[in-house]
Amino acid sequence: MQPRGGDMPTLGLLQQIEKDFGSFTNFKEKFTEAALTFFGSGWVWLVLKREAKCLAIIKTSNSINPLVWNDIPITSLDMWEHAYYLDYRNDKAKYVNTFMNHLVSWNAAAVRMVRAQAFVNLGEPKIPVA
Amino acid sequence: MVANAVTGIAAPLKCALFPCQGFQGSTRRLQWRKNERQCARKAGHGVITAKFDLKPPPYQLDALEPHMSHETFEYHWGKHHRAYVDNLNKQIAGTELDGMTLEDIVFVTYNKGDLLPPFNNAAQVWNHDFFWESMKPGGGGKPSGELLDLINRDFGSFEEFVEEFKRAATTQFGSGWAWLVYKANRLDVGNAVNPRPSDEDKKLLVVKSPNAVNPLVWDYFPLLTVDVWEHAYYIDYQNRRPDYLSIFMDKLVSWEAVSSRLKSAKAEATEREIEEQRKRKEEEEYGTANSEAVEMYLENDDSEAD
Repeated sequence: MQPRGGDMPTLGLLQQIEKDFGSFTNFKEKFTEAALTFFGSGWVWLVLKREAKCLAIIKTSNSINPLVWNDIPITSLDMWEHAYYLDYRNDKAKYVNTFMNHLVSWNAAAVRMVRAQAFVNLGEPKIPVA
Repeated sequence: MVANAVTGIAAPLKCALFPCQGFQGSTRRLQWRKNERQCARKAGHGVITAKFDLKPPPYQLDALEPHMSHETFEYHWGKHHRAYVDNLNKQIAGTELDGMTLEDIVFVTYNKGDLLPPFNNAAQVWNHDFFWESMKPGGGGKPSGELLDLINRDFGSFEEFVEEFKRAATTQFGSGWAWLVYKANRLDVGNAVNPRPSDEDKKLLVVKSPNAVNPLVWDYFPLLTVDVWEHAYYIDYQNRRPDYLSIFMDKLVSWEAVSSRLKSAKAEATEREIEEQRKRKEEEEYGTANSEAVEMYLENDDSEAD
């Protein structure tokens, strides 16, 4: 997260999201849905899957994180109740929307994405032929 | 526990969802209900609209102040518990589960640990009903009579029981519940892995469970519970779960409720034992008959027999 976060990713990260989710809007919907259908304590993640070489949204319980599956976390949202109860009480939807629109740091996500590409080959860039 | 009226069943019943021979211990209870349903199926033409209601706690929402605030109840009962009830009703409407009792829905949807979607809502409805009834204004103190005797017998002393209960509640990582239960089952519980198989039967135990799981699925008799989902204590105690638990034990527990549940549990356990003895006797008697008789039973072996 970051102060005045939210908005949209740009450049390579945006392209990858569009490739793997169709559009940024679709990604946002899916991420929100994952958070709102969460039961119990845990986390929602945007990860870069090492084997499948694509971005995915995953949910984990309690303290589990994607490192245990050797995947690379790009961003995450804490869905333990202690993360939002003081500010939002039971209004998960408000918490999640606030995170997506005002808190998520796409800068941090972009940095992680760039670093991740040192380990995961996402394919050749398209170089125009003269 | 919430009761609901069954008037008739329209939807066809799927065999796969119902506990069959695997439920040795609790078959008695469920088979009876299964027969009831079969009768209803032959008789009924109407569509059920059995619904669960949000049952209020047996006291005003501010009655447990300052230990558990009115605000906590507004959210915990008024929003969380209400949402579980509403969502459960939506999930079961028009399905085989519609018309079943809450406990049966919990059993069936636990599905040996491979949870079916309505389980979380059903179990949480049951858990919260049970939790409100585990507390009372001016609660706390010590139990008495047979309950205290059993606590002393099975934990050493009341203080040791309190320590163990608080320890279980504190160490439940993530969301969940801590329970005092009466264990009166055999090793094989059918639907789930018995978490304390080596412990003798007919004794009190402390167990903990994650998320919505409750001891009904282990065929234990719940006697007391405390909710350790963060929403239960965050408004009043923030992250201070141990403080919440101390106040719960000192000021909120309704030992009358626990005693009364113990009485029912023992009665049911005894009933079950008598039933099992009767069955075993029957089997013995048939066993002494000649072999042709046995073969006849095998050929006609429907759902009638165990």
